[in-house]
Amino acid sequence: MMSVFNARTQPRGVAIGALLACGLAVGIAGCSASPDTSNRTSAAEHAGPGGPFKLVDTKGQTVTDQTLKGKPYAIFFGFTRCPDVCPTTMARMELLYKKLGTQAAKMNVVFVSVDPEHDKREDIASFLSMFDAPVIGLTGDPAELKRMEKSFKIYVERVPLPNGDYTIDHTARILLFDRDGQFADTMDAKEPEDQAVKRLSRLINA
Amino acid sequence: MTPRIALALIAALASPLSAQIARKGSITAADPWSRATSPRANIGAGYVTVRNTSTQPDRLVSATSPRAAKVEIHTMSLDDGIMRMRPLPNGLEIPAGGEASLAPGGNHIMLIGLKSPLKPGERIPATLRFARAGDVRIAFKVVGAGSTVAGVRQGGHQ
Repeated sequence: MMSVFNARTQPRGVAIGALLACGLAVGIAGCSASPDTSNRTSAAEHAGPGGPFKLVDTKGQTVTDQTLKGKPYAIFFGFTRCPDVCPTTMARMELLYKKLGTQAAKMNVVFVSVDPEHDKREDIASFLSMFDAPVIGLTGDPAELKRMEKSFKIYVERVPLPNGDYTIDHTARILLFDRDGQFADTMDAKEPEDQAVKRLSRLINA
Repeated sequence: MTPRIALALIAALASPLSAQIARKGSITAADPWSRATSPRANIGAGYVTVRNTSTQPDRLVSATSPRAAKVEIHTMSLDDGIMRMRPLPNGLEIPAGGEASLAPGGNHIMLIGLKSPLKPGERIPATLRFARAGDVRIAFKVVGAGSTVAGVRQGGHQ
């Protein structure tokens, strides 16, 4: 939008006017989106992440977008050798799961490994064993994982390290899907706990 | 001793997080901790707060631990929801009269090639090597797998 206005050829007043208009538009959008999350949810459904996938859980059972239908789910993409954001995010999910109490059984928590090169089913099971919540750990064919990362809009990049090993840059947001498998929302790990529990509770009771 | 250094020392001693402090010259390394790792994991992260009471900056250049094949100094960033981790080949500067925090979501020690998983309650010995102060011996206290602060599980339970 700003590129339309070239500061060198436009009178200064026009440029400032455009800036003010931008600010106003952002302000209005911000106001309408923040108190009522349902607006954001319905808008996000059209362009949101998600789609068909076919992976296997830690026991070797096939899990697809269809088999997950019927319960809302929270899904996180990570890898078992990720030292910081992955364990803390899973611990966060464990905590929220416990805070949901009896409602918790009405939703699923899903962890998808973005590191098929290293993470075998046993590695994912071992990683998830550290958290006291039933998490569905998924892996699968690398090409299928790539397709899923793309449709779920998850950035994943394998980065070689000077020591010969590699790390994986990846989107570290939790995505929420409703019982019909439609994208509902994303969850920020820094969101206050009570708010996050309410958000999950709304999803469960929708 | 200047009043500023004295204050820094008092602050270091009085800090509630400084239950465990290692000292060498102008460097103090306070409250080293690490997360428990899963049975099959071969890497772990270590955190510690390093203070430098000298009027000269110092630099954490490398580290070793008998528990790991290799120890590196890494940094992590979270931009627009994307997590990135990179080694810091030149280590980490500890500013003169200041501190450098190795903490979740930022700089950390990477224990690579763990000889056995890190279990809660353990203390993992390590040596931090500083350009000026030399070697500082510490021991990472191992706490719960999802912890974001030493000794406190995220959200305050356990």
